Amino acid sequence: MTEAVELANLTVRFGDFTAVENANLRIQAGEFFSFLGPSGCGKTTILRTISGFIEPTEGAVRIGGQDMRGIGANQRPTALIFQSLALFPMMSVADNVGYGLRVRGVGKAARDRKVDELLNVVALGDQGGKMVDELSGGQRQRVAIARALAVEPQVLLLDEPLSALDLKLRQHMRNELRAIQRRVGITFIYITHDQGEALTMSDRIAVMNRGRIEQVGDGRTVYDAPDTGFVASFVGEINAIPGRVSATADGYAALETPLGVLRGRNPKGLAVGATAQLYVRPEMLLPNPTAAENSLSAVAEEHAYEGNLTHLACRAAGLRLTVLLGARESRDPPAHGAPIALGFAAADARVLPGD
Amino acid sequence: MTAATAKRALLGLYIGLFFLYLFGPLLVMGISAFNTSSYPTVIPFEGFTWDWFIALARDKDMIYGLQNSLIIGVCVVALAVPVGLAGAIMMQQIYPRARGFYYLVVVSPVLTPGVIIGISTVIFWRDLTTTLGSRLLYNGDFLTVLGQSSFISAYCMLICIARLQRFDRALEEAGLDLGATRTQIFFHILLPFMRPALLSSAVLAFLSSFENYNTTTFAILADKTLTTVLAGRVRQGSTPAISALAVVIIAVTVCGALLYEVLKRRDDARKARLLRVASTAEAQDLAIA
Amino acid sequence: MRSSDGHIFVLLLPLLVIVGFALMALVDRRRGHLAGPGFFARNGVGIGLYLLLAVSFWTLLVIVLPQLFMVEMAFRPKLPPAATGGPRDVYTLENFRYFLYGSTTSTAAWNVTHLTAFWKTIVASILVTAGNFLLCYPLAFYMAQMAKAARVRLLLLLLIAPYWVNEVLRAFAFRVILGTSGVLNKLLLGAGLIDAPVDFLGLDVGLYAGLSYAYLLLMIFPLYNAIESLDGRLIEAARDLGAPWWRIHKDIVIPFAKPGIASGCTLVFMLTSGALAAPLVLGGPRSLWFTPIVYDRFYQAFNWPQGSAYAFILLLTCVAFVLAVLRLGKLSLGEITR
Repeated sequence: MTEAVELANLTVRFGDFTAVENANLRIQAGEFFSFLGPSGCGKTTILRTISGFIEPTEGAVRIGGQDMRGIGANQRPTALIFQSLALFPMMSVADNVGYGLRVRGVGKAARDRKVDELLNVVALGDQGGKMVDELSGGQRQRVAIARALAVEPQVLLLDEPLSALDLKLRQHMRNELRAIQRRVGITFIYITHDQGEALTMSDRIAVMNRGRIEQVGDGRTVYDAPDTGFVASFVGEINAIPGRVSATADGYAALETPLGVLRGRNPKGLAVGATAQLYVRPEMLLPNPTAAENSLSAVAEEHAYEGNLTHLACRAAGLRLTVLLGARESRDPPAHGAPIALGFAAADARVLPGD
Repeated sequence: MTAATAKRALLGLYIGLFFLYLFGPLLVMGISAFNTSSYPTVIPFEGFTWDWFIALARDKDMIYGLQNSLIIGVCVVALAVPVGLAGAIMMQQIYPRARGFYYLVVVSPVLTPGVIIGISTVIFWRDLTTTLGSRLLYNGDFLTVLGQSSFISAYCMLICIARLQRFDRALEEAGLDLGATRTQIFFHILLPFMRPALLSSAVLAFLSSFENYNTTTFAILADKTLTTVLAGRVRQGSTPAISALAVVIIAVTVCGALLYEVLKRRDDARKARLLRVASTAEAQDLAIA
Repeated sequence: MRSSDGHIFVLLLPLLVIVGFALMALVDRRRGHLAGPGFFARNGVGIGLYLLLAVSFWTLLVIVLPQLFMVEMAFRPKLPPAATGGPRDVYTLENFRYFLYGSTTSTAAWNVTHLTAFWKTIVASILVTAGNFLLCYPLAFYMAQMAKAARVRLLLLLLIAPYWVNEVLRAFAFRVILGTSGVLNKLLLGAGLIDAPVDFLGLDVGLYAGLSYAYLLLMIFPLYNAIESLDGRLIEAARDLGAPWWRIHKDIVIPFAKPGIASGCTLVFMLTSGALAAPLVLGGPRSLWFTPIVYDRFYQAFNWPQGSAYAFILLLTCVAFVLAVLRLGKLSLGEITR
């Protein structure tokens, strides 16, 4: 089966600066795929390269199996939703949505029909005559989506579309976008720096850092089984304990750390003597455990009550650890300076090369 | 009287005198247009008459000059606005190290005395048409249009640059992304955006051309425009028909200014209405979320 | 040097400049300093051609070449048409000699008339410019910082309105007022202040009044724009600190508005020294203004090379003035063109 989008050894350089380095990726048709990473990691560059606004320095972009080299942005089977939306201010909503059809020579009657249909898909059925200036932020979003869908692209690209909206609206729009994608069935490629968004909406996520794709996988994989220290710390919260590998067995490794010897999974097959970090999620670090494979003692410091849970900051051997207290433990958090015993299962920790 | 009131009184006096200086001569000339005296004068005011306006309407030279000025004005608009727009777009795209030099060249006509522009236009085209062997283009109207366009295009360019700087590049990219060709983007997206600048350029171009004297007087060769006819009349000694012309021009200007004011008010109201609709929509957004 | 070579040189000069820049751009692109699509890729072939043709036509055929041809002609001798291209058609400074000495050959006596006219024109233009500035500055300041928006709009309209009446008519209006049987004389006679009409026009008073009047708008607008962009709170802060009003203007407003002042002064000087309408209409029989003399060289004396030389001198003066203003104010050209 041909993938919707394939990046083959894609490298993009601007002068001396490498924005994207050797990206290899296959995105399936009908997927909701996200690129997640901090600003400057290269995700926007990849999006614009797929759209056709940037030419690859090395490597290739293939859409539907076809190499896009030399094919300009206006000839690619993609549609881009800009961060600023870029709605045409001199045209009405209906004219905006129908613009792609207009430049393809579609007749007025057919165009009007399609525009009406799309406006209904995005729940703006009666707003066709309005000017862009008259719309709210959420409505403009939907016009941008309708406009992109009108040209029936193979791939819809979204450049951090929700970053300009306020919180409640953003959450509402997340669901709407997902619903639209399911209904229309087109491949969505979404870029964001918000890991909550990526996790909620995507089928798969590519986590990027400084031009490199660090890991590709679905939300659960990326969260529970990060491949690198960066992914572990960027997606969700993490505790990182440095040390040296002292023993390995059965896909696990024992790490000599300032807090004692701790055991965790060894997915990268690190050898004895390697410097590494042990990563364990705050919710996996249990206070006062009855029995645990790994145990360490720490001193409780500040806690932050958030209603359903409490973030407890602890310190052990100079390292800062975060523990998540559930509803029950939240009722009686340890006092500042009180000693606290912590434990976690080896299967819940990962030993990865130092970040 | 306190210091503040004294200052305000002084200010009022200054502004009053300033505008008296500004409008006084025109007022005087305007009054002389209605005076029956055969030489433009206000004192003594011999009697009220419309005769000079009628004489103006019958003045063949003036009418011819007016027609020619209008034709030249329209031609200048047709030339200077597209050229000014091209100049503005080019300013953004030109090789950065050449930009300073380019700017110097295109802005220089604005800082050059009009007579020099007229002279140089005539000299160049005389030589060019002689070398080409055909005197076809060596004609007063053509040369005047060219000479005036040199600096009027610069005015248009400056207006377009200001508007162009506010253009969001993402709109071009959105057009491309939706499949439009570059030409389609230019006509569907850029030009509509530039419309206000193009309109004000056109108005400025026409008015600047119509009232121009220095460049026209050299470039027009044997032909006439309204301003050159006027200049001739004024030197020879004249009737108040000239004053009548001034009154007509002032009246037209005042009407134009009033029209502009009305249009502007209407546009402001429309923009306010759009914003109101948008904010109700925003409120609704937050309610459903 | 033969002057038939001159035209070729003049035509080559701009082409060389363009080629020079094109080569620089090519090198930069090779070296990777210039990113982005090429010119025709960015604009499409159709629009790209329109841009290139429009801009080349304008810069070359309308701006640069005519100027160069005029300058070239300034160095040519006056010859009957038959003799052009012949042996006597050599480059010469004789036109400039005429300006200075009144003759193309001898340097015995100075060309008093023309030199005086030139000198008077420059000095008068500077005075008119200064006067205009003093006259307009308070109003510009008032409109920019003190008046409310609605009033400013009204004032702007009132200011613009007189200027659509073209300068010939405006000059004529002064004649109506200042002529020997004009309004002012009649008033003064009637009030018993004078016994006989004063020849204002002959004394050049009319000329100077008319010239001051002519370009007020071009001084006010740049001043207004420049002062308007000054944050009013700076003035308030200074007043708060106890600065007297003249200090506020000297230390805060004027330095800030420098580009606008330079712009206004440059325009007014250039228009005044190059004025044709006002001197023709208001100048008495003995008054001398440089630009009408240039006009005469062309259409009275039919000596085009000489007229070109005089025009060139005027052009140089304006350029010198602009450069002086830029240097004095430490400004760049872009800052003074609105």
